[in-house]
Parts: sequence; structure tokens; C-alpha cells
Amino acid sequence: MTTFAATGPSPDHEDPAVTVSTTVNGEHRTMSVPAHRTLLEALRDQLALTGSKTCCAEGECGACTVILDGHPVTSCLVLAVEAEGREVTTVEGLAPQPGELSDLQEEFLAAGAVQCGFCIPGQVVAAECLLRANPTPSTAEIREGMSGNLCRCASYERIVCAVHATAERRAGA
Amino acid sequence: MTEAPPRPAPAAPVRDHGAHREADPHDDGVAGTGRAVGSGVLRYGGAERATGAQQYVADLPFPDAAQVAFVTLPVARARITAIDTSAALALPGVVAVLTADDLPQPVPRFGISHQDRPVIADGEVVFHGEPAAVVLAETVDQARAASRAVVVHHEPLPGVYTLEAALAPDAPLVHHPSVRPASGPAADSNVLDDAHYAWGDLEAESARADVVVENTYSFPMVTHFPIEPGGTVVVPTADGGVEVYSPVQHPYLLQRVLAKVLDLPLTKVRVLAPDPGGGFGGKQNPRYEPLMAFLALRTGRTCRLVHSLEDTFAMMRRAACRIHARTGFASDGTVLTHELRADYLIGAYADVAPRVMSKGSYVGAGPYRIPAVRIDARAVLSNTTPSTAFRGFGCPQVAWATESQMDAAARALGLSGLEIRRRNLIGRGEAFVRGECPAPSDGDWLESLEKAAALIDHDAPRPPGRGVGIAVAIKPGATSGLSQSLVRLLYDGSALAYAGTSDMGQGARTLWQQILADELGVGLDAVSVVSGDTDRVPFDLQTSASRSTVFMGNAVLAACRDIRAQVLELFAEATETPVELLGEGPGVLLTPEGELPLPEAARIALGSLRGEFVGRGTSRMRGRSAHPLGGDAAFYEFNCTAIEVEVDTDTGELLLLKHVSVSDVGTELNPLQVVSQDEGASIMGLGHSQMEQLLVGEDGVIRNLGALDYRIPTFKDVPVELVTAAVANADGPGPYGSKGISEGALLCTAGALGAAVTDAAGVVLRDLPITPERVWRALHDQTD
Repeated sequence: MTTFAATGPSPDHEDPAVTVSTTVNGEHRTMSVPAHRTLLEALRDQLALTGSKTCCAEGECGACTVILDGHPVTSCLVLAVEAEGREVTTVEGLAPQPGELSDLQEEFLAAGAVQCGFCIPGQVVAAECLLRANPTPSTAEIREGMSGNLCRCASYERIVCAVHATAERRAGA
Repeated sequence: MTEAPPRPAPAAPVRDHGAHREADPHDDGVAGTGRAVGSGVLRYGGAERATGAQQYVADLPFPDAAQVAFVTLPVARARITAIDTSAALALPGVVAVLTADDLPQPVPRFGISHQDRPVIADGEVVFHGEPAAVVLAETVDQARAASRAVVVHHEPLPGVYTLEAALAPDAPLVHHPSVRPASGPAADSNVLDDAHYAWGDLEAESARADVVVENTYSFPMVTHFPIEPGGTVVVPTADGGVEVYSPVQHPYLLQRVLAKVLDLPLTKVRVLAPDPGGGFGGKQNPRYEPLMAFLALRTGRTCRLVHSLEDTFAMMRRAACRIHARTGFASDGTVLTHELRADYLIGAYADVAPRVMSKGSYVGAGPYRIPAVRIDARAVLSNTTPSTAFRGFGCPQVAWATESQMDAAARALGLSGLEIRRRNLIGRGEAFVRGECPAPSDGDWLESLEKAAALIDHDAPRPPGRGVGIAVAIKPGATSGLSQSLVRLLYDGSALAYAGTSDMGQGARTLWQQILADELGVGLDAVSVVSGDTDRVPFDLQTSASRSTVFMGNAVLAACRDIRAQVLELFAEATETPVELLGEGPGVLLTPEGELPLPEAARIALGSLRGEFVGRGTSRMRGRSAHPLGGDAAFYEFNCTAIEVEVDTDTGELLLLKHVSVSDVGTELNPLQVVSQDEGASIMGLGHSQMEQLLVGEDGVIRNLGALDYRIPTFKDVPVELVTAAVANADGPGPYGSKGISEGALLCTAGALGAAVTDAAGVVLRDLPITPERVWRALHDQTD
């Protein structure tokens, strides 16, 4: 009879914690995280900002999208230490005031884009970045620009409507 | 060879959510009158989801929790000879390692249709990803490190991963005979269960047939891929019970299973179900909650497990299916006979897969008038991820075959796909399943067909390379059910609904909010809905089969009407008004002095003592034992899908120009949510039709594990134009004539797409998904 080990034991080393100073949603925050921690893990576990979600953990689904120095990133692929001295905006930082909604968030609801809601924080952040880069996107540009964010409820058309509606609102504002 | 055509300009952007929605004259009767029901009330809990405040199970804080990691083997099937936990236990932070030896013996088994699933692998793992041991440690990193240090001595065993292998005469058995029911169809084979439906005289009808088409079709294994992978937290309580946090569709089923496995009364098992971040059928049934509960009770610690997306590939999937079909037609296109053999490849444990097989194949002949039918279906075990419920519940598999057969005959007879369906589609009240328990149509399904045909402009001439396909399908709703609800109308005019439906994206709570607003005359903002807690919320059987609108909807409605009757009675007593002078209606009490808003009447009735009204509602549908499904379906979901496609003959790629989905909804209680569900199901249907399939290697290990290698539809896969429409004839059994609608739009996507590709490119595909490679190969085979 042949026996196999399931997998060999691998050495585990807990990296020493590193202090990371960053600006999150406009506030200065200090995190103490091992160097191998992702920004997503640090935001969720250290700062209790659980709006950014974990799904694929390999940069494919977009549920963890945050804004890093003005650019959308999948925070599961960014190390927390990379945020040192930089500015992070999460979904929690998009509304003008706590308890309020941004125009884009309102339009997500009005368009019926929010179903199970798990991908929605990432969708809202990605759409906000898209609109900042291109204030009047075409449908094709929205589909292209949002293609890194998966939605299994497949609210895709609803989100396209929400982005158009927000663009119109902002143009009229 | 031609240039790939430019992608047509997208439709003009529109602001109104309904602009992509075909207007329906029936909408006017309900929408726009100021009533909550029938209007696009925004999603209950929507703001929390848009701001990130909504807490899913992985977001809940459990500061004292210990973290769980599974020990799995790199093979699909193996005998476990010994498990050495000593190295793992010596690692920092490790609290416990639990194996089958630490559980009551024999290891308890549980399940839905069969009690076949052990709490943890008991001497053998039977599919890749099944835990052989479980580790509890202070941190996730420590738990994972320790899981790698557990040494599982094991002996690989031969497994079966395909229908061919599982059905071979000398196939290794997936289940030891001791866990198989003696009454099974073939106790010494991998056929776990079977179903047979037949009516009419096949021989006589076959003799009349002018055209017979006979083909074999396949439908792939696909995985649910909820964006929330999910997880479980179990808190041991001081009284020896457990609190279980799990984003399940059926909290009360989980409570019952846990109580049985743990030998605890229901009162000591409290299930708290945070809203699932997508379910699609994959979060219905217990899997690892019993193991987590044992771990928590043994260690006295709060135990937390958060799944990865990859974990979910080993937890749930749709049954693959191979369907052999032989169908006879008269020269005018009338279908005379239909014979189907459908083999569903289920996984290593039964879960609810035998029911998927029997209920899906029940409608295998489609919504047609067929004099003679024979359907033989089997659920075949394999050493793969246990298959379970998945939106459509076994129906898309057989619809793929039956719809393709209709188109094959249409081509042979020179008819269009539309025309052959016109000639065979069943009328209202006619039975499409015949025999002792006939199933009559409960809708005007021809109306849906014609509406979809008009929306796709079916008969319009199209340039070469473009084609159109149209298909129809049905799915039986629930065949029995029980939903109980409580509604409280408080003194200040606010109201609470207690309804155990899990809100996993379909928007159930929004409907209850709408119903309360109308029936009790309270503002939408004054309504709260409580769900997801078996200690606080009355029993609900399940959130499945698109049943909640009908079953829980009727229960909530009944509770509201119970309150109205109580208000009337107490108002009469308080104001010394003869009862016979009073009446009540939606939101109002009728008094001799005129209509009183119900909340005001309630305040007068309650008087200075204040208090509240508590209404009770129950919606119960017993099955009947004589019925092959255990009961008549409460309603049928009917859908017609039409697709216009352009085929790039150089690459085999498909450009979906237009996708039309028409669902028979009874009444749109919330048109905005109907659109979301119809569009979502349409695109999910395109997933299994065009791109999705789990690839299992010869060793039984899934090869495309995770989001990089398993593709689901993205924004860029949405058809250029996506149109959904409803047929709403208020003919459903739910509140205000509604039916369930959450699955219809994916039932026949594959058939419509396949027919469109054939129309466009002249090639016939019988294996899903219809990938560019398959189209390209078919085109090349044709020209060789």
C-alpha cells in the first residue's frame, strides 16, 4: 500500500508588523500590518471598513475595488504597505456625509442595479472612477470601463443606466 | 472570408429604468395609481448595499472567534488510513484538530433526500475538496499553516467523474451500499434515483410521423459562482446550544438538520442568516455547518470559517446532463411523439439532486401538445462536487434538448422556429403533461411567444451571417409549501413584518414592505421587515423555486388582513359602533362617517392603553401523495427567449445583437425588480450557453478552479440590445395575481442561442457551451 502525505508541512513565518501611515476617506490612519497583508485585508481587519468585499482574491472580480491616489485598484492585489503615504478612498468615503448617498449611489438604486449587493461597493467605486475620467461615457465605454467588475446577479444593464443617469445629472448640475 | 463587422452603435443612453423594458398595457391598472404594489419601489436595504454598510457574514465582527481551516487531499477519492495531527497541534495558536475519530460513532450523516453526507469524511474522501480534518487556531494564518501540517495517510482509489465512467458495468461505486437506500433503482450501480413519465400510445403515434429527429445533447457542469463565497460562524451558548451565522436560503432547514445531528431541541439551535450575497440555489442546503457546530461545542470557542471562491467550486454546482431525444412530427409540423432519456451527472452526495432530476425532467416534453411521450431520467452519482439546486432546477438541461429538437424538425419541414412553436404550444387550461395527474397550462403562453417574436422582429429579412432563434420553456413552481408570517401594527402607525424568506438579491423584503404599505395604509418608510433569525421570525419552509412571492407573499397579505379584521372589531368595541356598520379595505376602515386611514382607526381602537395589533398569516400548500412530484405545481414559470446573433466565420465568435426575454409574471408587484431578475437570469443563461463549464481532469480534480480560469459573463458579454418584457394577466396564485419569476429567463436561453447560430451559420451545435472553438470547428467540419 502506498501512503501519501496530504501536503508537506510548510514553514510558517509570521512577518513582523509594519506601521503604515495613509489617508483613508480623508482621514489620516495608521495601520500595523505584516508586510504580506493586502490593502483589502488591512482595510477590512484593521480599520473595520468592510464595504470592500473579498471574492476571487486574485484581481478578477473587482469586488474589492478602491481608489488609490485617484486610480481604481483591486485592493486584493495591493499590499497594505504600498499605501504608505498615499490616499485611499473606499466605498464608505463616496457619500457626502455618513448616512447619505452620493448621486451615483442614488442612481444605482433608482436603476434597479442593486440586487444581492455584494459586488455593488466595487461597482460603485469603479463607476465613480470611470465618470471622473470620462464624464460623458457612451454605453460601449461604460461596458468597457466596467468590464473588470463581475456581477453574478448580472445587473450590468442596470448599472449602465445608473452611470448614464449620473453623467446626465452631473452635466446638468 | 469577410471582415468582422463593427459592433453596432449601442442604443441611446436612457435615464428611465423602464426604457429598456417593453411597455405593457396591463401595467397601467396597477402602476402609477399611487399604490406601493405595482410601482418600482426602491430595494429595501438598497442604500446599505450601495454604501458598503450592509454586513454579510464575513463582515460580522467576532473578536473572540477562533478561525477554521480545512485539511483536504490532492485527489478526488481516497481511503484515509491514518491522520497524524501531532505536528499541527504543536504549531503556535492551534486550538484543536478534529477528525472523524473525534465525533460520535458512527459519524452522523445528514442530507435532504438521502442521509448520506457525513459531518466529516469518515474513512474515505469521495470528491476533491472534501475535508478530511479540520483545524481551529487563533488566526487564519495559523489555521492554514496548521492545516498544511496535518498528515493524512491515504490510499488513492479509483473514482468516476463522467457519465460514461459512472455507468460502466464495472464502475467503482461512489456510495458504499450501506449508505444507499434499499429502495433505489439500482443499488449495485451509481444510479441513485430515476424518474419515468409517459402518456399516450407511442407506437401508434410514431406510425403517423412523417419526420423523426433523433439526437444527443449535452449540458455542462457549471458552478454557482456567487460573488459572496460565504462562510459560517458558530457561537456555543451557555445553555449548551449553538448560534449559527450562515448566509443560507433555508434557515429553518439548517436549524432542523443541526438539531438532529447534534441531538438538541430546536430551541437550542438558533440560526441567524445574514443576507446571502447571491444564492442562485447554491446556498440552500447544509454542508459544513454541522462540522462547525461540533467544533464549537467541543472546544467551547466561537468558530469562524470564511470560504474562498475556489472553495465554493467544491461545494456546489449544477448537474451536467446528457439527453438523448427522439421526436416525431407530422408533415404540418405537429409534434406527435417525444422520447427523452436524460442522465443527470450528480456529485458524490445526493444533496437535492435526485429532486432536480425528477422535477426537471417532469417538464422535459416542454409546454407542448404532444399525444405520446416517454421520459426516462436518472440521477447518476460521481466522485465530483455534489450538485445541488441551481436557478432553473434541472429544467434548462432538458429544455436545451427539446427546444433544439423542435428547431431540427422545423428545418426539416421548411418551417420557422416561430411557426412550429405556434402550431404546438399549449393553450390555457390544456394539459401539457397528461396521464393520471395532468398538468394544465396556467397562462396565455402563446401571448408571450408572439410578443417575443414581435420584439425580435422574427420574420424580418437578415443579411448573411446573421440569424435568429426563438425558444420557450417552463418550470414547475413549488409543489408544496408553508410560510408563516407575523405583522405588527404599532400605535404610532409604523409596522413590522416578520417573514423568514432570505433576501438574497431577489428583493423579497421590498415586496413585503409594499404589501404592508398598501394593506395597512402606512408609509413605506414606516415599514420594517425582520428576517434571518429563527429565534425571532416564524417558520418558513424554504427560499427556493421562486416561491416566496406566492407563499410568503400570501402569508404577509393574510397577516395584514388579520390586522384589519382586528382593528374593525376593537374599533367597534371602543367606539360603541355596531360591527355591521363598519367595513374595511386596503389601508382603511369604513365607518358610518366615512373612510378612516387604518392607522388612525387603530389608534382610536387601542385608546389610551395603547398597545398594538398582531396579525398572523399562514400560507400552506400540502402536496398529494398520488402526484409524481408529490403535489401539483403552485404555478408554472413560462418564458420565451429570442436571440439575434451574428457569427464571425473566421473565428467562431458570436456577436449577440439582440436578446429578448418575455416572462409570464401574473402581476408585476415591483416592475423594477422584475426587470432586474429577468435581465439577470437572461445573462446567467448566456453564461451556461456560451462560456461556462467546469473542466474535471482524469483525476477528478477541477482544472479551471477560480475566477481566472472559469469565465462568467461580464459587462462586455451583455448583448448589444437586451430587452425584457412581461405578460401580466393577473392569473397567478400569489398576491394580486402574481407568480414567481426569478428563474424563467434562463430556462431556454441555450435553445434560442443554438437556433440563432444555426440560422446564421448553418451549423448545428448540440453540446453546450457554444464556444467560439466549437462554432469554428463545426464550420470547418462542414466545409471539409
